[in-house]
Amino acid sequence: MARTRGPSRRDLVGGASLGVALLATGVKTAHAQASSDESFEQAERAILSGRTPKAAGVEIVMPQLSENGNSVDITVTVASPMTAEDHVRRVHILAEKNPFPRVATFHLTPRAGRAEVSTRMRLATTQEIVVIAETSRGELLRAQREMIVILGACVDGG
Amino acid sequence: MRRIAALLLVCAAGAAEASDIRASREFLSFDLRAQQDDPSRHPGWLWVEQGETMWSRAPASGKPSCQGCHGDIATMRGVSARYPQVTPTGEVINLEGRIERCRADNQQAPAFGYESEWLLSLTAAVAARSRGLPVSVATDGPAAAAVLAEGRRLYTTRQGQLNLSCAQCHDENAGLRLRGDVISNGLGTGYPAYRLEWNGMGSLHRRLRACSLGVRATQFSYGSPEYLALELFLADRARGLPVETPGLRR
Amino acid sequence: MATIAARITMPETAKKGEIIEIRLLVRHPMERGIDAQGAVSVRRQILHTFRVRYAGEEVFHMDLSTGIAANPYIAFTTTAVETGEITFEWVEDGGAVYQRSAMLTVT
Repeated sequence: MARTRGPSRRDLVGGASLGVALLATGVKTAHAQASSDESFEQAERAILSGRTPKAAGVEIVMPQLSENGNSVDITVTVASPMTAEDHVRRVHILAEKNPFPRVATFHLTPRAGRAEVSTRMRLATTQEIVVIAETSRGELLRAQREMIVILGACVDGG
Repeated sequence: MRRIAALLLVCAAGAAEASDIRASREFLSFDLRAQQDDPSRHPGWLWVEQGETMWSRAPASGKPSCQGCHGDIATMRGVSARYPQVTPTGEVINLEGRIERCRADNQQAPAFGYESEWLLSLTAAVAARSRGLPVSVATDGPAAAAVLAEGRRLYTTRQGQLNLSCAQCHDENAGLRLRGDVISNGLGTGYPAYRLEWNGMGSLHRRLRACSLGVRATQFSYGSPEYLALELFLADRARGLPVETPGLRR
Repeated sequence: MATIAARITMPETAKKGEIIEIRLLVRHPMERGIDAQGAVSVRRQILHTFRVRYAGEEVFHMDLSTGIAANPYIAFTTTAVETGEITFEWVEDGGAVYQRSAMLTVT
């Protein structure tokens, strides 16, 4: 039975820093860019590096539509035995119209047991979500789905 | 917002009666409701946990921690369901106000401030102890009756450039769609709530300010008498329906 | 190594060889550094890498971007190989590293 763990006693006693992980004093941070230098097409081409993906083996689970682009659930499952000899090494999620098309890359090992990952995306607008999985045998598997993003009524900036 | 003007074309007839008022969770989509019910996926619980950590932490003043006086946080069960409270002299105190007062009077510590990570966390942690319990705010006595009347007045008065009252959306048009949203009864029972729009946790007053802005009306300040009166009215309206804190909202 | 507010959902015990699911929610605003109008306003400040170590090896690793929602949710699976601590590490822009851990008992 899964249990959700909160802070450990060690965290409480050791002066756990509360709240938001803020800027560490004196450490330089990356300057924000409004958008990526790499387009969606370029990102996909870079991942494919000349290989042709199979349009099979990748299942994308997302809601029918997103009520708020700030938080869109995605679960990706790739059919794979996940053995040392044949396993999924990387799963890439790309968002066609996001300012930064590379949303996430998951790195798996045979210890995963299953090639199944979930996360939550931020989507700028209605767009195609593309998932590409790379296997240890050098195979590429691809799937894509449209995600409709609607705005709520009280987009208040407040 | 022009989109609210479009709403007026789909107005349902008549005001909602008490039996028409439904819990806020019923207006969530299937996916959001499932997420609100799943503590492994609902970000609001991060604030509840932070609040639980704070509960046992003593302030710098050397005065006791919350735990020092109240014991285990489990003793807070049912407390949030009875807020806001009205003193015989007509002062309205909501849960945030009560926590800040305790901090000042009993802990000799500076106020956290509305919408601070700390006040949101502690309020969420205390209110979560009432999750699922029916709202049971006290409104008896002349002082409370006066505040309730003021809250009702604010709720039913047209305001802002869009000239809309709360009742027009949340009674007359509850259940209908406004752009991507389904209009709820506006109970506020899930607050402090994690709102996707905010990418974080926020108080009821923050949500009310967003509503005021939505109809282009004056936004009152956090902890203002106006929002406190409205808060009492909303709690009275939600009587018997479950506390949903930490709520998950769009 | 600093700690970070996070909720970890996983079983406390598992049979050897069993595949378990681990879910994490971590408190972080994932500041994109871009305002609603698309202008660069504040500094980008996100958790860009998430790593999991268990039984002496890195068993999972995720590269995050500004396209990951605030207060990130991540779920993945791993095989229960031996009793031990599973450590979770997040690396933030600027180099700060946050760590949490959980014990798994394998029977």
